[in-house]
Amino acid sequence: MPLITFTDKGLYCEQGKFYIDPWQPVEKAVITHAHSDHARPGSQAYLCHRNTLPLLQLRLGPNSYQVVEWNEKVYMNEVTVSLHPAGHIIGSSQIRIEYKGEVWVVSGDYKIEDDGFSGVFEPIACNTFISESTFGLPIYTWKPQHEIFHDIQNWVRSNEVAGKTSVLIGYSLGKAQRILKALEEVTGNIYVHGAIWNVHETLLKAGWKLPAVQRITPEMPKETFKSSVVIAPPSADGSVWMRRFTPHSTGICSGWMQVRGHQRRRNADAGFALSDHADWNGLLQAVKATGAQKVFITHGFQSVFSRYLNEIGIEAAEVKTEFGTEEEEAQLAN
Amino acid sequence: MHLFAQLIYTLSGSTKTNEKLQALAEYFTHGNEKDKVWVIALFSGRRPRRTVSGTQLAVWCTEMVNLPIWLFQECYHTVGDLSETIALLIPETKGCFSPSFGGGQGEVREGAKPLHYYVEKFQQLEKATEEEKKTFIIQSWQELSSRERFVFNKLLSGTFRVGVSQKLMVNALARTVKLDANIIAHRISGNWDPATTTFEQLLSEQATQTDHSKPYPFYLAYALETPLIELGEPADWQAEWKWDGIRGQVIKRNDQLFVWSRGEDLITDKFPEYSILQSILPNGTVIDGEILPYKDGQVLNFNVLQTRIGRKNITKKNLQEAPVGLFAYDLLELNGEDMRALALSERRAKLEKLITGLQIPWLQLSPIVTFSNWDELTTQRGQSRNINSEGLMLKRKASAYQVGRRRGDWWKWKIDPLTIDAVMVYAQKGAGRRSNLYTDYTFAVKDGDKLVPFTKAYSGLTDKEFAQVDAFVKRNSLEKFGPVRTVKPELVFEIAFEGIAASNRHKSGVALRFPRISRWRTDKLPTDINTLEDLKKMLELYGK
Repeated sequence: MPLITFTDKGLYCEQGKFYIDPWQPVEKAVITHAHSDHARPGSQAYLCHRNTLPLLQLRLGPNSYQVVEWNEKVYMNEVTVSLHPAGHIIGSSQIRIEYKGEVWVVSGDYKIEDDGFSGVFEPIACNTFISESTFGLPIYTWKPQHEIFHDIQNWVRSNEVAGKTSVLIGYSLGKAQRILKALEEVTGNIYVHGAIWNVHETLLKAGWKLPAVQRITPEMPKETFKSSVVIAPPSADGSVWMRRFTPHSTGICSGWMQVRGHQRRRNADAGFALSDHADWNGLLQAVKATGAQKVFITHGFQSVFSRYLNEIGIEAAEVKTEFGTEEEEAQLAN
Repeated sequence: MHLFAQLIYTLSGSTKTNEKLQALAEYFTHGNEKDKVWVIALFSGRRPRRTVSGTQLAVWCTEMVNLPIWLFQECYHTVGDLSETIALLIPETKGCFSPSFGGGQGEVREGAKPLHYYVEKFQQLEKATEEEKKTFIIQSWQELSSRERFVFNKLLSGTFRVGVSQKLMVNALARTVKLDANIIAHRISGNWDPATTTFEQLLSEQATQTDHSKPYPFYLAYALETPLIELGEPADWQAEWKWDGIRGQVIKRNDQLFVWSRGEDLITDKFPEYSILQSILPNGTVIDGEILPYKDGQVLNFNVLQTRIGRKNITKKNLQEAPVGLFAYDLLELNGEDMRALALSERRAKLEKLITGLQIPWLQLSPIVTFSNWDELTTQRGQSRNINSEGLMLKRKASAYQVGRRRGDWWKWKIDPLTIDAVMVYAQKGAGRRSNLYTDYTFAVKDGDKLVPFTKAYSGLTDKEFAQVDAFVKRNSLEKFGPVRTVKPELVFEIAFEGIAASNRHKSGVALRFPRISRWRTDKLPTDINTLEDLKKMLELYGK
């Protein structure tokens, strides 16, 4: 009996009687992180990292939650479960499962580079590793964060000179906070969309230190935003809501911006390949570091990445999941 | 190369004409003198000849970065652009800071080489060994930033295309050199070698007089936008059939004959039939007309012409099977004098005199369609398909021969396309702004209980519809053959096309002209689609 089976409801550990990031309501759900394709409503009990809790409460409301620290051991039936930093967003964790000496690790979403607040990705030795593959093609190699920040800062400055408002588009949880970090050095004049404000406020209450921002409200006169910087979620891009910032320039922050065609399709004035996922080299590095004898590849370029792993001598197979299924939404979110 | 790469990114990243114009004008002000000439050449369709194949580039790239070729192919199908795939796969050299494709300005590095160095090097390498080419290309990849590498690859593979019309470039030049745009458009047309021409020479007064081959910029029409009644008096207008061939300019000057296509390719050699014009046309004559497949006084289907236009060498057999004629539309030069400012009615009178005097059976005046009121003309238009015409052209009798595509005096009034309902059976990811989306589809009609694929179509859906079909393909793909997915035959589309011809290269036995999706028939089921029999009937009716 494998430690994890792939069921209609999600990744299931029969020996421990729990699911990891299930896409249907279950009795016990272990949650890697608070993005909506991984943390879904309706389950009876949730287990997550302490930093994930306020975000889960924001998204799923009151529930039965159990929180743990990284590396803290929890016993479920005869299975030992522990969470370890995944570096994807605040609180994001890999799930380590041990049963009778055998170890499986579920990566959730992850990135290798330290972004300053999501925790540093921890390689964990295991027998079987289940990895995401959102950017599992060698065309996806990221520049270091400080260089991308430099590009964003230069872009904001040149918009200022041209008398335009800079509108940066990024997912409200994770990306928006990184964008804020990048902006901290160039401006104190930052406005955010309501969706971003909600996450921002939750994080502030939880004790996180973030640069000061102002929530955009319908009453604010147009002049307020002149030469300022605005952060908005992908859903706002191209909507009527954006009109109040005219004249403005739009910059999208997403790993998909690596490819020009994608950027053109989104009609962005600028694209910054700033991602919360591991790039090709990051995925390879992570898989190799586990020393796993068997690797399962989930959401992303799973057939390509698993074929490549097999060719370089790592046994791999692709698995269909419902992570990242809402294609456009997922592309926007990453 | 840095400035040029930046120009390309500004141009391709912007959707605003004014920004593009500004960027070009700035380039023409500050750019390297030799580079500027190359930019004019590139943006007027004078690409350097392709000296290496895409496969060679792919192989060299995979060797360099140590990846299997199949993985390169996967990347290519996702990116949808070979040059960009290579640019992305090769890691940045240390100390060679460059911004990502999106933002930032980047910095010029020490020892960076200009655009003309690379382009001229390609030309020198044309006859070099594969090994020499490879060494140069790999070295260039290493010394360029990813942005520059992308532009370099575009130049190499001869697929250089940016969202800039020749007209826009000419306007930018006009802004920089303070010359009239029409004059510039004429100066940069025709035969000139960017490697040996200077910016000064190209835009100086003497240049035009020495080049006898130089064509005039074509006057092009927009599709009719208003009801006919708003055009005013029918008597002010000349109507002609809109022919489906190759628009061309025939020039006789200095005892030499030149035939230019609308894309400004010199195609004199492709039409040996025309060589007789060299002796009988008077010097200083320029005719605008349509090159058409023509036999025994009949215009044939465009498909007939297609069998010979792609060929390097025209055989006797080609000449017999696909004979061409020339239908004269307009007279641009007579006795060495520019006629373009005259009214169409005057030019037409001179043209008629010239053509009827020559008495060559395949050199015809484009017939004038007579009508006394708009209703009558509408009826006439209905006859278009019977004579292998695409519809009508409407030209104001008082109109001058203008430069480029203009509204107002000339209009094209095409007939409605033919349509057929079909089901999507294969899908493939698109290119450019459709990268990583399934947007290229193959469609099938019914033949009993079988489905017969008969055409591909790439355009006609909105971005939103493409996104929906893309999601459908991802959920309903049955098999994967390289980049192609077979999909559950469920989605029905109406396919529009301009013409149909018999083809033994296609399983269905037909080839369509300009197929595109006219609408998504969400109201129809796969059982409601047209049959192979229906297609064959259309072939019988319109395929001659």
